[in-house]
Amino acid sequence: MSTTTSAEQTGKEVAGGELLLETRGLQRYFPVTQGIIFQKQTGAVKAVDGVDLSLHAGETLGVVGESGCGKTTTGRLVTRLDEPTAGSISFLGSDISHLSRAKMRPFRREIQMIFQDPFSSLNPRQTVGTIIGAPYDIQKVKTETGTKKAVQTLMERVGLNPEHYNRYPHEFSGGQRQRIGVARALALRPKLIVCDEPVSALDVSIQAQIVNLLEDLQEEFGLAYLFIAHDLSVIRHISDRVAVMYLGKVVETADRDELYNHARHPYTHALLSAVPEADPDAEDARERIRLTGDVPSPLNPPSGCRFRTRCWKAQEICAAEEPPLMQIGAPGHQSACHFPEERDVV
Amino acid sequence: MTESVTSAPPADTRAGKPFLEVKDLQVHFPTDDGMVRAVNGLNFTLERGKTLGIVGESGSGKSVSSLAIMGLHKGSKAKVTGEIWLDGAELVGMSVPEMRALRGQQVAMIFQDPLSAMHPFFRVGDQLTEAFLVHNDAPKAVAKKRAIELLDRVGIPSPDKRFFDYPHQFSGGMRQRAMIAMALMCDPSLLIADEPTTALDVTVQAQILDLMKDLQKEFNSAIILITHDLGVVAKMTENVVVMYGGRVVESGNVRDIFYRPEMPYTWGLLGSIPRVNRSGDGRLKSIRGTPPSLINLPKGCPFQPRCDYQEHVEGANCSTELPELLQIGQEQHRVRCHIKSEERRQLFTEQIKPSL
Repeated sequence: MSTTTSAEQTGKEVAGGELLLETRGLQRYFPVTQGIIFQKQTGAVKAVDGVDLSLHAGETLGVVGESGCGKTTTGRLVTRLDEPTAGSISFLGSDISHLSRAKMRPFRREIQMIFQDPFSSLNPRQTVGTIIGAPYDIQKVKTETGTKKAVQTLMERVGLNPEHYNRYPHEFSGGQRQRIGVARALALRPKLIVCDEPVSALDVSIQAQIVNLLEDLQEEFGLAYLFIAHDLSVIRHISDRVAVMYLGKVVETADRDELYNHARHPYTHALLSAVPEADPDAEDARERIRLTGDVPSPLNPPSGCRFRTRCWKAQEICAAEEPPLMQIGAPGHQSACHFPEERDVV
Repeated sequence: MTESVTSAPPADTRAGKPFLEVKDLQVHFPTDDGMVRAVNGLNFTLERGKTLGIVGESGSGKSVSSLAIMGLHKGSKAKVTGEIWLDGAELVGMSVPEMRALRGQQVAMIFQDPLSAMHPFFRVGDQLTEAFLVHNDAPKAVAKKRAIELLDRVGIPSPDKRFFDYPHQFSGGMRQRAMIAMALMCDPSLLIADEPTTALDVTVQAQILDLMKDLQKEFNSAIILITHDLGVVAKMTENVVVMYGGRVVESGNVRDIFYRPEMPYTWGLLGSIPRVNRSGDGRLKSIRGTPPSLINLPKGCPFQPRCDYQEHVEGANCSTELPELLQIGQEQHRVRCHIKSEERRQLFTEQIKPSL
């Protein structure tokens, strides 16, 4: 584990806002048990294993990685939909990592979430008005104009027709449903919204609409986003800083352009070179790093560096010693590799 | 207008017929709410060893057309009209048993979601050998040998052991490889890949795409690649068909589509995607509105309700007259738009290109 906190080194130069969220050594192991009555733990899925993140007000932190790298679990831990097995999450200075439901409630006003699948994240039996108004009900917030008016203002803001207040989710298209999800997250004017793959289920033209909407809202309300996605192009477009995760760990983090232009970790290189560009000539000219195999099981991750089983640079030390996240190159650029790349790709 | 006004289906100038030719294909589904016009007059040709990309949003009719080529609408309520010529045989009028003899043998398909496309109760090996045994009068041992060979070819480690696994024991990438192996069991000459990598991670996607390219070289098969990912299209295809509202709105070779697109919808698509190789400041050029309902398709140009360039049209009404798919220039570049070609080119170079 790295002892350096990325907050002190990076955040302040990037965004001037106050430190909103900080996680230290965040860990979530899911126990694997055997037996029915006398269950005994036989192992643990190390979904998130020591993640340090920091996020400032008004900033977007992109978290990117392949499926199974722990990015969604990280998002669920930050919103406290799940409890970490170790490590701490502090939000505006207070430790929220093990708060009870009741004590967590005031913080829920500040931290909201947008989910991936706009089809399963909205209750089909509730009208849009009820869905978007639910945060007001739960938090017992009285708005000046009354809940209905407030909801309709929100609907208008996210590009929905306020007259559709009494409609049900199935009457909306995927993009419109995602707008409902955005309106719901926005209702309590949170400081932080965790976006878990908010656009990956949408068509390209609709995806662009939602990305633009999220950017506009960020500017208008000074929101901070923890933007979780597997699409490197979307992450590059929307993020100020990016953290690349692999098997439960952050392997590289840097400012957006620094990361995309001067990636140092071999895994980041591999990821970037795997993305097909929408440019046939560039596609033909590109040299590619072909990774072989799949991500190892988080039940039994490789010793030392977790990427070593697929890495073309791996040597003995990679199996023996886990590389810490270390400052490399530009300020705020940290990479966890024994043999960081010198050259730039992409 | 352009010098050569050809609204006829793209004819291949070389001797003989093209390997695959789709002529005026229409697929309509009668439903309680009305007729769903999923595909309205699709034309394209494809040669062996080439890849055709079909691009479009959900509901543009791209998957439905591919199912029509596979003959998978037979026996359903769908009304399929038009002609599909594959290597001299016409598929639309073909009977179910005839089609069955062809399917898996000459035409094979790779589906988007390998978890739901494979049967969870049967071993991967049995599913692979099934089609082979149906089409070939060969002993099981031969089929098994072939299956193991192909599993090995698509990069599945210890294929002789994996042959006996169930689909759930495979990871997502491995399942997709197994699907490709399954599709290749009978050396099909036409492979239809419907969003083959959409469910996969980028690194695995790169492996699968490379694999498909290698296998295409090896087997000289024709591939129809259906996807909404323009990056995949740029990497894989020679020719592209852009579909919208069940119609082709632009088609041409991949460089025409990416560097000289003339249809406002294609401009919108290209502007919508964030680029991984460029710093992402500024807004994405999204297309306003949503795709049309296939039951109530707009009367004129299907893209008209979302189009921002209608003021450049002269002498035609976008909302009532459907523009023809006209060829521009000498190559196979075709565009369906009322705006004059010179003006479109000017619009693209002046307004669209700088912001891409």
